Amino acid sequence: MSILNVDYMLGLFPILVSYLPLTLGMAAAGMVMALILSCCLAVIRVLRLPILNGLTKLFISFFRGTPLLVQLFLFYYGFPKLIADMAGVSVTILGHTTVLPMWLENATEISAITAAIIGLTLHFSAYMAESIRAAIVGVDRSQTEAALSIGMTNGQLMRRIVLPQATRIAVPTLMNYFIDMIKATSLAFALGVTELMGATQKEAASSFNYFEAFITAAVLYWAVVELLAWLQRRLESRLNEAYRR
Amino acid sequence: MIKVDKLVKRFADSVVLDGIDLEIQQGEIIVVIGPSGTGKSTLLRCLNFLEQPDAGQLTIGDLSVDVTRATRRQILEIRRRTAFVFQNYALFANKTALENIAEGLIVVNRWPEAKAHERARQILERIGLKDKANAYPASLSGGQQQRVGIGRAMAAQAEVILFDEPTSSLDPEWVDEVLSLMKQLAEERQTMLVVTHEMSFARDVADRVVFMEGGRIVEQGPPSELFRAPKDPRTRDFLRKVLPEAPVESPLF
Repeated sequence: MSILNVDYMLGLFPILVSYLPLTLGMAAAGMVMALILSCCLAVIRVLRLPILNGLTKLFISFFRGTPLLVQLFLFYYGFPKLIADMAGVSVTILGHTTVLPMWLENATEISAITAAIIGLTLHFSAYMAESIRAAIVGVDRSQTEAALSIGMTNGQLMRRIVLPQATRIAVPTLMNYFIDMIKATSLAFALGVTELMGATQKEAASSFNYFEAFITAAVLYWAVVELLAWLQRRLESRLNEAYRR
Repeated sequence: MIKVDKLVKRFADSVVLDGIDLEIQQGEIIVVIGPSGTGKSTLLRCLNFLEQPDAGQLTIGDLSVDVTRATRRQILEIRRRTAFVFQNYALFANKTALENIAEGLIVVNRWPEAKAHERARQILERIGLKDKANAYPASLSGGQQQRVGIGRAMAAQAEVILFDEPTSSLDPEWVDEVLSLMKQLAEERQTMLVVTHEMSFARDVADRVVFMEGGRIVEQGPPSELFRAPKDPRTRDFLRKVLPEAPVESPLF
């Protein structure tokens, strides 16, 4: 008997590949939503909007300060339980007593995949908001002045001048977060989602080929990340076109 | 016509502009000179509302505003009527030479892109950079960048172009090409207000030279008078420093 069961790995490979769409799908959905949310948070921080700025700081502090796994458990087990327990409870606010409706019991039941995507979105948007904010602030002040001097409004100068230049500054970091997020989808396994990591675990447990199974999964993650890194280099080189001497 | 009345600008507790009165006729070329830190650049920046002035009245054509009560809309309108050329060029780094010139026409004046690019091409030809239409600022020399900066200001068709030390950041080899473009504009009677240390430009091109010191206009007049026979001792002092080859005679002696 050989040390490494190569035939098993070759057989496992296509099985694991079939779980890639779910893994990449969760990451892509999380990334798109995190981009939207983090842009909003970054703009709130840059413009120092009253009240919202404070809330944003708290949000960022919490989601950067706690482990992603804890957050995922909170969204999947914690909040649904909390809200379900509130059904039918009577509360008194400022002398008014109301009974919370019974439909709350099932209102927040969410699938493990949804909980995972929400958790990834919130967790990564906290990090991404800070890099997007830094990128916006990093655009030279003269660019804003030049845009103002020809009569652009704040919205126009953000859209046409500042954000395109901030994008170039932010892309390398944002791509890193995307890569990180792809790997972080493996934590959804802890919520019972059978994604790439969950599938590997099942296959490994039923065949006892632990090393073969996990090294195959590792190679798969690695290949995807390398592909993305290659895309990142091409994207960066395109974004830098305007800045070559 | 442009009219500035009692314009005041303070930074923290120092008064940078201490009641400036200035009138600029259409087609007039005015050069502002004076020691560093006397508010020359701040004056230009206030006219363009890059700085919010603290008091005064600003009239550009048929628009006259009390600067402290200017609405957002009026500020935009004033900026559209005054084009700005920056010391550090400040070209849009993410846009080509052509796009830099066309940007305001497309975004601010809402021209269709094809028409704006057509106009930008004409301007590129006038500033001698037709072959650089698709070049990004980073690949242009300082002189070329500043000519595009002037082209961007020309496109705005503003009532006046404000030049804030347009040659001060340039390597000496590029100064002439920028000055000669400015002379070309002056010959076409483009209204200009120029802050510069290029005394020969002031002497050869200006209709009127304004000497500023300590946030005030000390003296103004045609270059032939102001350079040859300055009335104020502060003007004389300054000119003696910047024109060592032509000692200024005091008119009193």
